[in-house]
Amino acid sequence: MQPQREAIPRIETDGVRGGALRLTGDWTLRSLSPCIRRVRRMLNAADASRDWTLEGITRLDSFGATMLWRAWGRRWPERLAIRPEHRTIIDEIARSTAAPLPTPAPYDIADLLVVIGRAVFGFGNHALDFVRLIGQLCIDLLYLLRYPREWPLREVSANVFKVGVKAMPVAALVGFLIGVVLSYLSALQLQAFGADIFIVNILGLGIIRELGPVLVSILVAGRSGSAMTAQLGVMRVTEEIDALAAMGISRSLRLVLPKVIALSLAMPLLVLWTSGIALLGGMLSAWVQMDLSPGFFIETLPTVVPIANLYIGLAKGLVFGFLIALVACHFGLRVKPNTESLSTNTTASVVSSITIVILVDAVFAIATRSIGVPL
Amino acid sequence: MTDAPAIELEGISTRFGTNIVHEGLGLTIATGEMVSLVGGSGSGKTTLLRHIIGLTRPAAGRVLLFGEPLLDGDIREQRERRRRFGVLFQQGALFSALNVEQNIGFPLRELDIATEAEIRDLIAQKMGMVELEPEHALLMPAELSGGMVKRVALARSLVLEPELLLLDEPTAGLDPERSAGFIRLIRSLHERLHLTVVLVTHDIDTLVALSTKIAVLADRRIVSYAGLNDTLKVDHPFIQSFFGGEQGRRAMARHGEN
Repeated sequence: MQPQREAIPRIETDGVRGGALRLTGDWTLRSLSPCIRRVRRMLNAADASRDWTLEGITRLDSFGATMLWRAWGRRWPERLAIRPEHRTIIDEIARSTAAPLPTPAPYDIADLLVVIGRAVFGFGNHALDFVRLIGQLCIDLLYLLRYPREWPLREVSANVFKVGVKAMPVAALVGFLIGVVLSYLSALQLQAFGADIFIVNILGLGIIRELGPVLVSILVAGRSGSAMTAQLGVMRVTEEIDALAAMGISRSLRLVLPKVIALSLAMPLLVLWTSGIALLGGMLSAWVQMDLSPGFFIETLPTVVPIANLYIGLAKGLVFGFLIALVACHFGLRVKPNTESLSTNTTASVVSSITIVILVDAVFAIATRSIGVPL
Repeated sequence: MTDAPAIELEGISTRFGTNIVHEGLGLTIATGEMVSLVGGSGSGKTTLLRHIIGLTRPAAGRVLLFGEPLLDGDIREQRERRRRFGVLFQQGALFSALNVEQNIGFPLRELDIATEAEIRDLIAQKMGMVELEPEHALLMPAELSGGMVKRVALARSLVLEPELLLLDEPTAGLDPERSAGFIRLIRSLHERLHLTVVLVTHDIDTLVALSTKIAVLADRRIVSYAGLNDTLKVDHPFIQSFFGGEQGRRAMARHGEN
């Protein structure tokens, strides 16, 4: 809606240099907005030493008042005609801006030191908290051994469904495609050497021992780890965790433990499922690409891939699941009641769990280097 | 300035599933009024406020602000219209990633008309208006008390010089003294800035102290829209129990003394 004609803010001069200025119209945020440049230009050209006639102003709000006050160089002009109600508005601006708002201190070199120090102490703090969480879980387990009736079985079962069953379609899709791609790329190389049948060794070892567990871990960290962090974080923001504590219910027992147990249970199963589908994809691709019959593939697989590899893969799944859930809960419980903290902690949770999974995978590779590899 | 009423609601119907909240509800609020919207729990007061703000759309009926439908025209026109009202949400709804100064200045900086120096002046003035000290400017919302959150949120809703102020439970969660102070603040703002104010409230003290008119929401419609004394004369079970209860009588007595 356009302001009506008489409401447009105007500055009129006598035409004489240094002559009187007459201000008319509405000097409000709304009516100044469309013509702000023109008004600013004219105000900049004027100065406080001239005659100011403001009696023609119909409406004045604090934005208009601020513009005028700044145009006058933050003091009252000597010759000013103004309605009393408008004078009080400008007077309020004058009073409230007498003491400037504090500004955040600018950064300097010393702050860099502070940032580094904070990061170091922050890391220590994280490590301490993490150990404390693990310790708390151990205490909870001991408690549950004494009082087996209090096992949070329903929560565990609900979590297994959420992190395991519901992740199956996406894990299958990703696994199948990776199997197809891996098989296709290896086939191209192997055919060059006439070593077609080694496709079974490559796919079997690579997927069951290494790719399956890591792939599922990354998927689950992104899918369930972030969800756990966000859930616990929002529960902190809405004081649900405090409410639990007030009822005397241990948050670690009711919230953290079920998640950790559920993911530790569901991950090996997901690894099995995904590795199986990935092998299926690889097998089909090998069939199409190299005319390697599925019957031969299935027959050869157990002879070239020792069963120990499957156990290693499943063990990895269990450990990775345990770590992802633990990291997710750790960051979730550190969320402070604001949106920024929620996003930082969710990001940190996913990034840390993926990093930790890959680190631990390297440890696995070294620790199991003599197991399950056919010579 | 147009003479159109600040808010016109015509034939509003709202449904949540099978639950009918409003049915053929109508209400016209003239500019300059200070209207309290009251009603029982679940009677759809906040929903009605959300219709006015344009956050939700009624299943049927029209919402006019200053004589125009809020959601007409292109995005720029809609935004222009939305800048004519300020909203104080029940929990304050401060942006938790921004400090007090940035929260109050946010709408102005979005508008991109004022210079940075002017924005800081206006923030200082608004903070003075809601009785915040300049040193509070750098605090984050998480560090504020409940009353301060409400005052910062009020300052933010006033920073674009709105003609209409919508308050959702302005005194909920404040202790009686803070709440009385907040009421005084809103009343003085109403007098000085010639605002139209619509507030949703449960609190009889707030209602008695503030409103020039009271809109009573019951039976899915507005059963009464009148000044306090006329509202009391309306023979409706909700009005009788709302004002006739212990708290209501005490609030009336206090009002009579003043």
